[in-house]
Amino acid sequence: MAKEDVRMFPNMVTPNDPVIFNEEVCNGCNNCVEHCVMDILMPNPEKGEPPIILYPDECWYDGVCVKSCPLWQKGAITLNHPMNQRVRWKRKATGKHYRIGMPNPPKPNNKPPVGGWDAKA
Amino acid sequence: MNYEDFIKNAPRWPYPVNYGKENEVNCDVLVLGGGIAGCWAAIGAARKGVKVALVDKGATVSSGAGGAGVDHWHCVVTNPASKISPEEFTQALLDSRSGWRNGIAAYITSQDSYDCLLEIEKMGMKIRDSDDEFKGAEFRDEKTKLLFAYDYTAKYCARVWGSYVKEALHKECRRLGVKIYDHVFVSSLLSAGGKQGARVIGATGVSSRTGEFYVFKGKASVISMYFPQRQWIFSTEIRGLTYSHRTPNLTGDGHSLAWKAGVTLAGVESSSPGGAGPYGYPQYGTGNANNTWYACTIVDANGKEIPWVDRDGNILKSVSERYRPAAGQKFFLSGGGEGGDHRYQGPRMLPVKGMAEFGGAARGRPGAPEVKMVEAEMPLYADLPSMPAQERRVIFGLMIAQEGKTLIPIYRTYTQAGFDPDKDLLQGYTMGAMPKWRQSGGGGVIAGGGPITDWNLMTSLDGLFAAGGQIFFNGDHAYAAATGRYAGTRAADYAAAASAPATNRKQVEAEKARVYAPVKRKNGVEWKELNAGVCKVMQDYCGDVKSEEVLKLGLKWFEEIEAGEAASATARNPHELVRVLEVFNIITNGQMIMEGCRARKASNTALGFIRSDYPEVNPPEWQKWVTIKQDQGKVKTGELALDYHGDVKKNYKAHSGKRS
Repeated sequence: MAKEDVRMFPNMVTPNDPVIFNEEVCNGCNNCVEHCVMDILMPNPEKGEPPIILYPDECWYDGVCVKSCPLWQKGAITLNHPMNQRVRWKRKATGKHYRIGMPNPPKPNNKPPVGGWDAKA
Repeated sequence: MNYEDFIKNAPRWPYPVNYGKENEVNCDVLVLGGGIAGCWAAIGAARKGVKVALVDKGATVSSGAGGAGVDHWHCVVTNPASKISPEEFTQALLDSRSGWRNGIAAYITSQDSYDCLLEIEKMGMKIRDSDDEFKGAEFRDEKTKLLFAYDYTAKYCARVWGSYVKEALHKECRRLGVKIYDHVFVSSLLSAGGKQGARVIGATGVSSRTGEFYVFKGKASVISMYFPQRQWIFSTEIRGLTYSHRTPNLTGDGHSLAWKAGVTLAGVESSSPGGAGPYGYPQYGTGNANNTWYACTIVDANGKEIPWVDRDGNILKSVSERYRPAAGQKFFLSGGGEGGDHRYQGPRMLPVKGMAEFGGAARGRPGAPEVKMVEAEMPLYADLPSMPAQERRVIFGLMIAQEGKTLIPIYRTYTQAGFDPDKDLLQGYTMGAMPKWRQSGGGGVIAGGGPITDWNLMTSLDGLFAAGGQIFFNGDHAYAAATGRYAGTRAADYAAAASAPATNRKQVEAEKARVYAPVKRKNGVEWKELNAGVCKVMQDYCGDVKSEEVLKLGLKWFEEIEAGEAASATARNPHELVRVLEVFNIITNGQMIMEGCRARKASNTALGFIRSDYPEVNPPEWQKWVTIKQDQGKVKTGELALDYHGDVKKNYKAHSGKRS
């Protein structure tokens, strides 16, 4: 049996993954890098690849990176609240309890906000 | 050897680094801080045809305390549907806090807020229900198609689509030729002859990407940075930096710059942590009935509704009544008026026993009248499904989506996880009793202390103007827009008549030496540990109850930390360098706040200020602003009448530059 390739790493920074890039969809345009007010994302040295989340601990979850992404609705980038920020709710008619991040989530509610996702004058 | 030293092949910094390389920028009006107030200041100045430079630590396209969005546009009392005048509204704002408010900023905003709203519409922000989704709604003015919040009778607060507000402002700045310097941390103000208290003639900065140095020269400057965050609470470990109600970038750099330059400040003794606390939830993302969620029905675990009452305690029978003034009342203030002033008190939900922190009405300052409490079974939920359809849609579909830090974090995330406002009850959570420095609150509508200004919004220093959350006791978004625009035009006028600035080389060199010290050192403390250590001093020596001895000890520890840990702080790249420099400002602001606390030798309920060595509450001789400033390194205190703004109508007419 081949030896496991195990390395020394410090503990991961918490929260772990404030944003999740979908490498299949993201084209590495770095719009999110330029919009992040905390400057936590660094351009990937490999062109066309998703940015590196260098400072996940400095994320303040404003979602500006997602809003600035031309492909966000195709899933290129998703905001990911840490586990201790995942709220709960109860369906009024059934009394069933839910939470963000649950294993068998209810169907997504695809109703856009008033005026759409990109409301302008 | 620690791990970081052991790793030799860490990826290279993605930007070319040139510590110390100097860039000189010359302009007429220099705007420091590119949030809401800063962008409006730049726009106001640029429209006057002067050369404007705008400097921001983050990215102007999205940065600032109001950068993430806005759902309520306050103080639009001059809109055609409004029932109140700017004078009446300003008086109410002042009265509701027994005068403890910035009268100049309140009146400028009451006069100019609606004009700003019309202007931002031209820049591309949606402000009307042009699609007629809310046709016939109680909160809609059919003529203008404006939607209103809170008081549907008086109509002074507009509901807007502000998620992309910064994009609109950023675009307009660029269209007007404003030179924007993003990712540049403003490290100091430059003054004539390099002297504290002299005319401000520019600023220095350092790039958080390249480490390059900037010398900005401006005939006039506007500081428009927010009041300090990360001052009492700091931990990235629990939920990143998201506990701050405003961008955690806002480390009160403007306050620190102003204090070091010799600006006179007021009200800093009322400073409090702000934010939602490290154990809170996403802002506006839990069931409640206040501000953005106003006036959502709250139910208990058994579906029992928590009753609402009017200012006199009469039970309200319909949802509609929660948006109307009481019998015999012309209008109410949003949030009921912070001081609980009966004249402006609005409808409120009765507080639930054991959850006194839950409702704004129950938060009560000392001396506020006792409120009736109701029994309820935990947990509580926001019952959007029971709300009238248009109210439900406007709360969740417009306000929650557009508030700021909500479109993606709340609206998108929750709906994709299956949350449906037509069907689901969103749970609320209690905070319980805890020391004030750990509570949520602060921030919000009334900013903390800061520079005082005259009616031109010029600070006590020649050539230095202030706007937005930078000014003492100013309000939030609309206040930032109105005072920013006003300060920008006043600064442009000043610049037109001012001489060209000449920087003092010694001052620049001293600043360069200070700024780059952390990248030249090794094995010192890094910024996060330093920030947390500084916060501990604030918690222990500037907490709920102050006294001379405790404050003096706090100042002693700060002095020690400055000479000790801070003087050994290290940075491995320009990003870390700026974070270290921010913490230096947090130390400076801690000293400034403690000096402000020492200067007020009396307890005061309006300021939430308690001194154990001066326990008498609100003694008449202390019903005044206490000011502090540095003069040749020494702290000087002074005082100012609460109503130093004078006759607001007359003064506005004399200074605003408006022709009408």
